[in-house]
Amino acid sequence: MPAMNMIQALNSALDVMLARDPNVLIFGEDVGYFGGVFRVTDGLQKKHGLTRCFDTPIGEAGIVGAAIGMGAYGLRPVVEIQFADYIYPAYDQLVSEAARLRYRSAGDFTVPMTVRTPYGGGIFGGQTHSQSPEALFTHVAGLKTVVPSTPYDAKGLLIAAIEDDDPVIFLEPKRIYNGPFNGHHDQPVQPWNKHPASDVPEGHYTVPLGKANVVREGSAITILSYGTMVHVALASAEEAGIDAEVIDLRTLLPLDLETVVASVEKTGRCVILQEATLTSGFGAELAALVQEHCFYHLEAPIERVAGWDTPYPHAFEWDYFPGPRRVIEAMRRAMEA
Amino acid sequence: MRKNRVPLSLRIPAPSTRPGDAPDFSGMVVPKAGTVERPPIDVSPRAIADISYSLIRVMDDDGKAVGPWDPKLDAALLIRGLKAMILTRAYDDRMYRAQRQGKTSFYMKCTGEEAVAVAQTLAIERDDMCFTSYRQQGVLITREYPIVQMMNQVYSNAADPLKGRQLPIMYSSKDFGFFSISGNLGTQFPQAVGWAMASAYKGDDRIAISWVGDGTTAEGDFHHALNFASVYRAPVILNVVNNQWAISSFAGIAGAGESTFASRATGYGLPGLRVDGNDFLAVYAATQWAAERARSNHGATLIELFTYRAEGHSTSDDPSRYRPADEAKAWPLGDPIERLKKHLIARGDWSEELHQTAVKDAAEQVRAANAEASAIGTLGEGQGPDRGTMFDDVFKEMPPHLRRQRQQVGV
Repeated sequence: MPAMNMIQALNSALDVMLARDPNVLIFGEDVGYFGGVFRVTDGLQKKHGLTRCFDTPIGEAGIVGAAIGMGAYGLRPVVEIQFADYIYPAYDQLVSEAARLRYRSAGDFTVPMTVRTPYGGGIFGGQTHSQSPEALFTHVAGLKTVVPSTPYDAKGLLIAAIEDDDPVIFLEPKRIYNGPFNGHHDQPVQPWNKHPASDVPEGHYTVPLGKANVVREGSAITILSYGTMVHVALASAEEAGIDAEVIDLRTLLPLDLETVVASVEKTGRCVILQEATLTSGFGAELAALVQEHCFYHLEAPIERVAGWDTPYPHAFEWDYFPGPRRVIEAMRRAMEA
Repeated sequence: MRKNRVPLSLRIPAPSTRPGDAPDFSGMVVPKAGTVERPPIDVSPRAIADISYSLIRVMDDDGKAVGPWDPKLDAALLIRGLKAMILTRAYDDRMYRAQRQGKTSFYMKCTGEEAVAVAQTLAIERDDMCFTSYRQQGVLITREYPIVQMMNQVYSNAADPLKGRQLPIMYSSKDFGFFSISGNLGTQFPQAVGWAMASAYKGDDRIAISWVGDGTTAEGDFHHALNFASVYRAPVILNVVNNQWAISSFAGIAGAGESTFASRATGYGLPGLRVDGNDFLAVYAATQWAAERARSNHGATLIELFTYRAEGHSTSDDPSRYRPADEAKAWPLGDPIERLKKHLIARGDWSEELHQTAVKDAAEQVRAANAEASAIGTLGEGQGPDRGTMFDDVFKEMPPHLRRQRQQVGV
């Protein structure tokens, strides 16, 4: 199997689905001839034709609104919002329309749409190219929210998202497009090809939505994370020398609560890791669920490590980013409690 | 203040009349019927920009059809349209009363605007997809969707096809080519364009049609729809029902004082037709033109239906608080039902007696349907929808967290 980085894996997923299903079409800003600012749609227009992968006006509400109409017709649109930070103009179409159409029409009209969008910081993108808005989508009834952390999962989850009959928000951690990132920004960048999950099959396969992955087994403490933070969690566990179990949630909604509960019941301790701002973040939901379901197994208060409640500051990126130092501190607090 | 400069002043548009004033439409320019040219369907939008500042009218003051836009329809189709408008009005009156009787929470009438939905539905094909706003119930009625089903939805009873989930009047029926209505304004406009793009992508022959009000033209989705429709030459008809009022805001607040809504089309490279919305024949003809243009791969058309909202915005509104009480009666373009009736009588295809019979028949049809729907249940009375379905259809398959919540409700 060829070694793929996450961009190539996502490109392969789109290529496979364009070839497999004539109802799949891709559009968004700069995705056509040019192949997207992060190159995820590179070569797809040339290979599959102008009407299968094309450029749109800069209008996110128009992109998502049109995709909803296409979904209602019976197509399976995959749209790209160039940065998650640009998705807010489409928020009404996502929240009030895509999310609710099946419900409000009693199943008559549906939106089998996938919205791909790069999210997260660590690339010196400043406050408008670094945000992690996942909680804005997990809070909405009717949307599925998916965040891959490796090339293998990215391809399998994206194919599963495209084949899903409900709208899926597919958040791509752009800091790890080209290689895993353990949070040590001062260390040399690692390419994906040294990572086992860069072994990506060329053909069709899926990673099911709603299933978490235990990426490191351990007995002392559970770390819940997703996206870029999975790699930070793994590095932190190694560096702290703590026998941590690291769970990559992969799908935030629907959440694989069973895997989470089984792990916390085993370890009795839990650290929740997210890059997004702390307050009302998805980590708060996780903390509440762990408390509800695992209270009598908990040996220590649940710890949350997150971005600070400020906009993502350009010059202070590494003060903002919840890196290994903060994760290890949280793990130690939980271990000592 | 710098020398030689006047102090700036902020203009806030206001209507010329308010409650207590006599209605005043003296500033309204109404061209004579039959005076606007009818261009070929493949015309360049720029070449017909003047139509968007005029008003396409077919019926003259005597009820005669005149000029190039006369669609020359046979009597059977016109009578069908007239009866659909009469039925729509009878349905509205009955449902308005039902809301006042406490049988439902909310209702919205389309009184005075019946020609818009009815004529337009007759001018397109049965399988074209309609993305309506909340005031095009005439589409469903014209397509002979069962009135009792509409009432079941309004009453949120056990037979409500939408299972008690939607505000009254937010109908949905894929079988009848009627897209689920949203309460958020204008969202359906880019969706209709997307549906039309999909139809073109698949090499289908169906087109989409959508409606927004004058107030909603101020939403970003209006811009997105026109822009996408133009860029991708989508086979769609985009309508602005300019009924002069957006709840309590006169059309000037949406920008009607500076230009017409139809003229918005020109900047996007789309034809903009401005039509007397109370003239059934003109509405039909303009829609037919736009449908032919769309079906011939010449793309979208924006149509402004110039009309008047004769009643309140909804049952929650009291228009006497912001506009002259008798403004509707003074509307210079009359009533769409009365005008089509006059036209049919003038051409010898209708009579006062036939009209009275049609009005009586519509009232009877609505009465019978209402008895049937009410017997099942009304909001909070009789048989309601199954609570067990409350958690269905959020997703295709119910995820575990919803199953847990359903258990908490005990269903």
